[in-house]
Amino acid sequence: MAVPSFDSVNVGDEPIHLETEPVARATLALYAGASGDHNPMHIDIDYAKKAGESDVFAHGMLVMAYLGRSLTDWVPQTAVRSFTARFTAITRVGEKIICTGKVAEKLEQDGEKRVKVELSAANQDGQVKAAGEAIVALA
Amino acid sequence: MIDKKHIGRKTTPQTVDVEKGRLKFFAKAIGETNPIYSDEEAARAAGYKTIPAPPTFAFCLEMETNSLWDNIAAMGVPVGKILHGSQSFTYHAPIHAGDQITFETTVSDIYDKKGGALEFIVEDTTAKNQDGALVCELQRVIVARN
Repeated sequence: MAVPSFDSVNVGDEPIHLETEPVARATLALYAGASGDHNPMHIDIDYAKKAGESDVFAHGMLVMAYLGRSLTDWVPQTAVRSFTARFTAITRVGEKIICTGKVAEKLEQDGEKRVKVELSAANQDGQVKAAGEAIVALA
Repeated sequence: MIDKKHIGRKTTPQTVDVEKGRLKFFAKAIGETNPIYSDEEAARAAGYKTIPAPPTFAFCLEMETNSLWDNIAAMGVPVGKILHGSQSFTYHAPIHAGDQITFETTVSDIYDKKGGALEFIVEDTTAKNQDGALVCELQRVIVARN
């Protein structure tokens, strides 16, 4: 995968799009094991109910991992300088995550030509689960 | 309310192995199908030393140190009350399978909103590889719902 040239990328471009399968209980179980985040809130419905929730819910970092995938589908990971996400709503079992990203700014930083990309992960109804940004170095 | 005396609390640095099998498992768990994240040959062909850790994996490695659970336990915050507020990564060099990453986490701030109904714990972490090079800086904000 080649790094896109700085000149080929414009503010307002939307180079990122990824739609996931609905988050299943199995997704949460696999993510808990693979990520090492064993918080029972995500995998044990009995625990979640005792804590006042109606059901288990997804790890915020699963949603951020999807955003990461959407980013590295566009550019090689070595071009990513920083990556931030704020978790704005809980992701429930059965929801799909749709990741999008828009080029917000072109900048020169530390001798590199970079872009700031605004990222969003929303469910199938457009409810935003995580909003963030990445700084990416272009060629 | 969380006692502000915990601001400045530092973990003892801990070193975590980046296991190849774990990276393959993680790729599967997040639905990542790009072969560089699960196949050594594909990773080498793409210019990596071997399988790289995906962008958020440094967080997972850091979780192995238990700093999050140790910090909230010390602060008296139950696991069932916390949410992940935000997460950021600043990347300096790739992390690969076979690396050994040393994490050191500092509680850099504690503040509240809505008259104490929500409390925020800010933790900053450095990640250095086996050569002592800073590979990643992480910041985690945990929200305690009171």
